[in-house]
Amino acid sequence: MIYLDNAATTKVSEEVFESMKPYFCEQYANPSAIYSFAGKSMKAVDEARKNIADLIGAKPNEIYFTAGGSESDNWAIKAAAELYNTKGKHIITSTIEHHAVLHTCQYLEKQGYEVTYVNVDEYGVIKLDELEAAIRPDTILITIMAANNEIGTIQPLKEIGGLAKKNGILFHTDAVQAYGHIPLNVDELGIDMLSASGHKFHGPKGIGFLYIRKGVRIGSFVHGGAQERSRRAGTHNTPGIVGIGTAAALAADGLQARMEKETALRDYLIKRVLTEISYTRLNGHETDRLPNNANFCFRFIEGESLLILLDQQGICASSGSACTSGSLDPSHVLLAIGLPHEIAHGSLRLTLSEETTREDIDFTVDAIKKIVERLRSMSPLYEDFIKQNQKEEA
Amino acid sequence: MYSEKVMDHFNNPRNVGEIENPSGVGTVGNAKCGDIMRIYLDIDDNGIIQEAKFKTFGCGAAVATSSMATELVKGKTVQQALEVTNKAVMEALDGLPPVKVHCSLLAEEAIHAALWDYAEKNNIKIEGLEKPVDDIEEKMEEEY
Ligand SMILES: Cc1ncc(COP(=O)(O)O)c(C=O)c1O
Ligand code: FES
Repeated sequence: MIYLDNAATTKVSEEVFESMKPYFCEQYANPSAIYSFAGKSMKAVDEARKNIADLIGAKPNEIYFTAGGSESDNWAIKAAAELYNTKGKHIITSTIEHHAVLHTCQYLEKQGYEVTYVNVDEYGVIKLDELEAAIRPDTILITIMAANNEIGTIQPLKEIGGLAKKNGILFHTDAVQAYGHIPLNVDELGIDMLSASGHKFHGPKGIGFLYIRKGVRIGSFVHGGAQERSRRAGTHNTPGIVGIGTAAALAADGLQARMEKETALRDYLIKRVLTEISYTRLNGHETDRLPNNANFCFRFIEGESLLILLDQQGICASSGSACTSGSLDPSHVLLAIGLPHEIAHGSLRLTLSEETTREDIDFTVDAIKKIVERLRSMSPLYEDFIKQNQKEEA
Repeated sequence: MYSEKVMDHFNNPRNVGEIENPSGVGTVGNAKCGDIMRIYLDIDDNGIIQEAKFKTFGCGAAVATSSMATELVKGKTVQQALEVTNKAVMEALDGLPPVKVHCSLLAEEAIHAALWDYAEKNNIKIEGLEKPVDDIEEKMEEEY
């Protein structure tokens, strides 16, 4: 099997798994308990918190564990909206956010908030002038993702953070795809809140965190016990927390070297696909993109068919095609970068990991070539296109 | 997600291709997800469908229903071909997931469009055949 869907989720690394093991049957104490048996568990939670904070230049007491990226996004946005609703009810986000952000914003719209969805350019980069123009006296929150989950485009966080600061507005970023994959520093980038999720960087599923800058006084989202300094209730998921902490430490270790390796392989993949398969485009920015993300559109074919045939070659990938979406709408991200439905139909996302080899990529590209050719030979659109070309030549 | 029959017809689609100078050809689309299906028919002087071919731009279910639909109409009379409804195609494929039902409607509609083309070319009227719609969306809203 060749797993090229690391943006969907990643494999838990061996080291992460090993570090978690003692916290199921041996060190199972509730970390909040008073007896010494619990001490080790609390120590492990603290250590994880420190590793996580270090990777983004934050302080450990600014990290709050959650059940994942979706909860972190919901918490940050809803609690900020609640905190500042006397100042205003206007939120700025982008058209290409993950549904965890988009649907939260839509929920707030129903509660009487106003949301501006700033557009992106053809590469999926947020239009900074539009963002600046959208800022109003009653704007209370800017929430823009660090890097996009479909097309991998990295956003100009520093500029956005600067605009937010200049105007006294909170800046939240959904860094679920970026954390552990590219360097992020909350002070340098002017980030007030940041969401991340363990399973996107070789940690376990169902554990994430929200970074909340000291002094940002958003309230609780999950009410109950006094865990997480009374801001997020619920008995600590000790194994999960230990796992995400180990994953953060591993991600920090050799981040630069890993990025270089992944980027080289990604660019090799992109180059082979674009030069060897005609009528193909790369989605997203050529260089400002996640090191492990490649996203293509093959004209005249449909993504679900492509995925099934890749699966038969043992290759796991994903697509933004309407036929794969369940809702039968093409990906909102592909539409936002200006692609017509018909082109968005033939999209393919391949997301690599550290373990991906050049042989994997060669095998995959060879498979894609054959599959695209086969699907085009069945496509009425391709037939029309070829006939049209022949007519023009004659 | 798909039945074995669907996978079989997707992997080894029957009747992919074109017919030169067909007796009838129909192309229908579906604005819902943007798919397009084209069916070619070769009909002899006795009104028997001798050959059916298709081209499809769509999902696995769309390919499989095109394949099955062309299989089902081959050797049939024009009247019998009208009985190859989307339900008949779905049954022959051992069912489709609910979100994929519209893909089978595309197949039914493409056959009707090809038959309509045949009727117009030959200036005949096929009993029970209504003018096909270009976009099955209209039809789906009526039926579902
Ligand atoms: C950008 C982005 N935000 C949020 C999420 C949701 O994260 P989780 O699955 O941990 O809830 C994802 C995961 O798909 C994501 O890619
Ligand atoms: S053709 Fe699009 S879902 Fe079947």
